[in-house]
Amino acid sequence: MNASSQIFRLPHPLPLDGGQALEGATIAYETYGELAADKANAILVCHALTGDQYLASPHPVTGKPGWWERMVGPGKPIDTDRYHVICANVIGSCMGSTGPASAAPDGKPWAMRFPVITVRDMVRGLVALLDGLGIERLHAVVGGSMGGMQTLSLAANFPERAARVLAIATTARHSAQNIAFHEVGRQAIMADPNWRGGDYYGDGSAPDAGLAVARMAAHITYLSEAGLTEKFGRRLQDRDAKSFGFDADFQIESYLRYQGSGFTRRFDANSYLYITRAMDYFDIAEAHGGTLAEAFAGHAMGKGARFCLVSFDTDWLYPTAESRHVVHALNAAGAPVSFVELSAPFGHDSFLLDVPALDRVVKGFLDG
Amino acid sequence: MAEPGSEALRPDLAVIARQVPAGVRVLDIGCGDGALMAVLRDTKQIDARGIEIDGALVERCVARGLSVVQGDADRDLAFYPDGAFDVAILSQTLQTAARPDRMLAELLRVGRRAFVSFPNFAYWRMRWALLSRGRMPVTRHLPVTWYETENIHHMTVRDFEELARDLGIELENRWFFTREREIGPAGANWRAEYALFEVRR
Repeated sequence: MNASSQIFRLPHPLPLDGGQALEGATIAYETYGELAADKANAILVCHALTGDQYLASPHPVTGKPGWWERMVGPGKPIDTDRYHVICANVIGSCMGSTGPASAAPDGKPWAMRFPVITVRDMVRGLVALLDGLGIERLHAVVGGSMGGMQTLSLAANFPERAARVLAIATTARHSAQNIAFHEVGRQAIMADPNWRGGDYYGDGSAPDAGLAVARMAAHITYLSEAGLTEKFGRRLQDRDAKSFGFDADFQIESYLRYQGSGFTRRFDANSYLYITRAMDYFDIAEAHGGTLAEAFAGHAMGKGARFCLVSFDTDWLYPTAESRHVVHALNAAGAPVSFVELSAPFGHDSFLLDVPALDRVVKGFLDG
Repeated sequence: MAEPGSEALRPDLAVIARQVPAGVRVLDIGCGDGALMAVLRDTKQIDARGIEIDGALVERCVARGLSVVQGDADRDLAFYPDGAFDVAILSQTLQTAARPDRMLAELLRVGRRAFVSFPNFAYWRMRWALLSRGRMPVTRHLPVTWYETENIHHMTVRDFEELARDLGIELENRWFFTREREIGPAGANWRAEYALFEVRR
């Protein structure tokens, strides 16, 4: 569909939770649909860990359709005939927004000199973009997984900026298990001899093997055991018998290798380190003495945003209990909140896939 | 969507819709498809909150723009602060609670007052079915067999009144219904298929 690709240059240094400030940062973003004269019909969609701004337009590297093409477009649940939809690449990523692969003030890539960022820093970048676009209050902010974390962080830190907050398959804090899986991925990257302390730019040998392993491990967490069994079982890949070697005998091995190597063509390993770190640092309640309800105090009865949380029954990465935890905090804060656990077989990835009930909830919540 | 207030509400819900003052804070526990919440929103400018255990019904509520949380009243009421609502509504749900006495107390913790409706197990057709056939009654109003029903704590009008007295709960108003029509209070424990009480601490 018709998209507009743009780069926004932040007019001010971006303050970061780590204490530094990012000078001259840029944010790459796509928009779909017309912005109304009163600028009240804007919806910001936040992307996940390895997502990007190509929400409903073909990816420039892979040529694949936008990652939420099924949800965003004319007449779709996020209806671009009604809404002006914005999706921006987060700070720290590698699709046009400033990240470790970008040039530092000395002209060389930041690499590991890039400051460690947080989800709140990403959100500060997005709010700076909204300021630049003159959008004071979003019709809605929407996101799944890390995108959902951004929606909750925006609600907690900038309560006046969105009228609706739709957080799907997400959490208000990273659990030990979440951190553990990310650490496996980071160690895989850093163990790759091509990583070289992050200084691999420009010489044609990036830590692709490590990044592929990181992606393979993470990919398992996005699926359900039942889904894996149904899709692959113990079936062998292009052979009639086990090879008694270490080729990809099983279809699941072949699939993961394909996912891993495909990922390295579109993603920067250092960005993967920085963004997973940001997610691991994510704990909205931390700044409020551990009481999550305090974080949402700006949304008490009659003020602030309406919330909707959605979880999936087969998602073990951010299970329903995490969404309920947020819902209970919002209840305690007196914020208007809806919550539903949808049944879908695809695990955490359900939010990206064909789940008609999700379409109905998204449309109903945004239009209601 | 139907015109405001034009939906045919169940008679107990219609009474509640009539009784709740405009603009107050309402929690509807066991809100079903949100019929009452929608009427309160459309006719009384009430931004009601709901709890419903059935995900398909929650989905319908969200699709009509209502704030409804999928949850279990037995467990989730505890997460609401004291006096968070002016009015708490518990329609045809008390008999499904693990501990109706505790749920009633919770109801009047989160709400300043409450509307509670429930099927009356002392309705004469129930009594007759039990007396004549010697088996748990399956009626038009309670159509599910004893082993499948979610109604695990059947009670009578008199039982409810006694429980309220024991808990120090005031019964402000009462309405009785049979065959989807309101009836007078005389002999209600025999004549009413179900009852609605307005209660407060």
